[in-house]
Amino acid sequence: MSSLAIGRARRGSMGLGTALAGALSAIAANPLRAALTMLGIVIGTAAVIATVAVGSGAREVVLAQIRSLGSNLIIILPGAQSTGGVRTGTGFSQTLTYDDGTAILRDVPSVALAVPGVRSTQQVVAGGANWSTTVQGTTLDFLEAREWEIAAGRAWTAEEEARAAKVALVGESVAVALFGDADPVGAQIRIRNVPFEVVGLLARKGQASTGLDQDDLVLTPLWTARRSIIGASRANARAVGTILVKVHEGEDMAAVEEDVRALLRQRHRLAATEPDDFSMRNLAEIAATRDASARTLSVLLSSVATVSLLVGGIGIMNIMLVSVTERTREIGLRLAVGARRRDILLQFLLEAVTLSLIGGLAGIALGVAAANLAAASAGWPVLIEPAAVGIAVGFSALVGIVFGFYPARRAATLDPIAALRHE
Amino acid sequence: MAALIETEHLSRSYRLGGVEVPALRDVTVSVPHGQFIAVMGPSGSGKSTFLNLIGCLDRPSGGTYRLDGEDVSRLTADALAAVRSRKLGFVFQGFHLLPRADARANVELPMVYAGLARRARRERAERALARVGLGARMHHRPNELSGGQQQRVAIARAIVNEPVLLLADEPTGALDTRTSLEIMALFQELNRGGLAVLLVTHEPEMARFAERLLRFRDGRLVDDRMQRPESAAAALDALPAADAA
Ligand SMILES: Nc1ncnc2c1ncn2[C@@H]1O[C@H](COP(=O)(O)OP(=O)(O)O)[C@@H](O)[C@H]1O
Ligand SMILES: [Mg+2]
Repeated sequence: MSSLAIGRARRGSMGLGTALAGALSAIAANPLRAALTMLGIVIGTAAVIATVAVGSGAREVVLAQIRSLGSNLIIILPGAQSTGGVRTGTGFSQTLTYDDGTAILRDVPSVALAVPGVRSTQQVVAGGANWSTTVQGTTLDFLEAREWEIAAGRAWTAEEEARAAKVALVGESVAVALFGDADPVGAQIRIRNVPFEVVGLLARKGQASTGLDQDDLVLTPLWTARRSIIGASRANARAVGTILVKVHEGEDMAAVEEDVRALLRQRHRLAATEPDDFSMRNLAEIAATRDASARTLSVLLSSVATVSLLVGGIGIMNIMLVSVTERTREIGLRLAVGARRRDILLQFLLEAVTLSLIGGLAGIALGVAAANLAAASAGWPVLIEPAAVGIAVGFSALVGIVFGFYPARRAATLDPIAALRHE
Repeated sequence: MAALIETEHLSRSYRLGGVEVPALRDVTVSVPHGQFIAVMGPSGSGKSTFLNLIGCLDRPSGGTYRLDGEDVSRLTADALAAVRSRKLGFVFQGFHLLPRADARANVELPMVYAGLARRARRERAERALARVGLGARMHHRPNELSGGQQQRVAIARAIVNEPVLLLADEPTGALDTRTSLEIMALFQELNRGGLAVLLVTHEPEMARFAERLLRFRDGRLVDDRMQRPESAAAALDALPAADAA
């Protein structure tokens, strides 16, 4: 008969567009309820976005730091290292000497440079201006190790370094603080009342990832600093505060560290049972510890995300159960006019997923805003990766499917007659 | 050609608290294509149970049922849904329209599940609505329509897939006399076009428009007779004019 035409046209399932339109109109019928239901999903996905953004922002910072400092640098500091990685007796131990540096350079073949340094915070005066800054006594190799250019003037000479001349290189921030727009080169500054001639201006390095201003610095030759600023009153006149070791490109950092450690232990005549009286860190490790705080934040945000998505999912399940009950007669009617179990299942599943996806999209917007805010206050770059957005969308869809399944199944297994009679 | 409906010893019972309660017992009946049948009987006599079985909304506890030559008494839920989609149309006492959808969208629903494309659905829904006299009300929602108009939308929805059998359970139970007669006139008109109609009613005034009358009592088919159907259109004309307002 005439019904055969339809029999042939009948296919697997109703069109997605029709189904989606149905889901949207069902959601639109109760906008406030839908909005409240979505709240958990919104917060959950926002947290997912923020987590990934914070994580990758922090990672970017660490990478930038390694790039700016060089990944092939090892810092040696005097004093033992406590188990927690926190050094004790910083600045007071005098176990590291200038000659240790010379020995490292001479005896460890992979080492390109070994740069000793002493640093202290000093009041620097020029004319009427006065500025508290870090004064670092070091050797010319420091500029090479840090790949630091001279913007104006010149570096001090080897001869000046050898006779401990009172010459200085100033960082840009110091120059601005003391001289404003005027050229600092050739000017005189006083450190601890000792007059120094500014022979050069360091190129601008900018802010370190920690927020520290790298240009807030004065460099002087090592022995000048030891004699004129820090004073040679200490027991060991050859003690230094740091040795910066630059390793040749492509060398195994861990192996070099071991060689340096063995050399220093031998030089310091440490018995096998004694701990190191110095500590070593490479910049990757320092970066890693800084990364840890970002990771803590990530863990926190992930917990918020998990809990919110869970709460959001339960909210969706609840509202879908209510919806199934409210629309029992509608389900009965749909079954009567030819809907199959899976048509009903898909209808309610799609509705739950649509609900959670809309929440997810709102959450992404919120998360991007939150990540921007967090990044702005932490001085991090904002990194919203497409993958993170994908993950957030995926998570919200998954929540909709998982928590929408039970109500949808319930709808699909209703008895048509009972459903049609439902009041 | 096989009969449209052929049941043998059809029965349906419900378990209530461990006891089997028969709702329909041993019904053997044969209905040819295109017949207009009224099912009558007191409340609880099994009329709806019978209609639900014939309408493939339910499965018998015993006996067999062949619809249009196909044994449908042991089909799965989804197979029954497919049979309903292809061969059956339903009209209920409470209309059962989707409140948020307009008349046309309501009529489109069976075609959605039959897998028709949107354009074909639109065209056929509009034709079906025109056929029940609602060509000018396509975009009205149920709450913007009178009870009689809502039932017409439901009838358009029931016939849009071109079924072989229309099942109506107390379709005029919620309507006044004039509107009820209008619905019956519509059924008779559809029946003249070859559509078989199975009408469950407890009102003798409605049953007189059918050509065959089945009476149930305590779940049994107690009477099965042919009758000369009256014309609902004529009955409408005979109504006092004052009623028309
Ligand atoms: N789902 C059910 N569960 C238990 N008993 C039912 C159910 N549906 C119908 N019945 C019983 O079956 C009998 C016939 O019901 P029904 O077919 O609805 O009668 P009618 O439509 O003639 O008023 C009644 O006694 C009714 O109580
Ligand atoms: Mg009944």
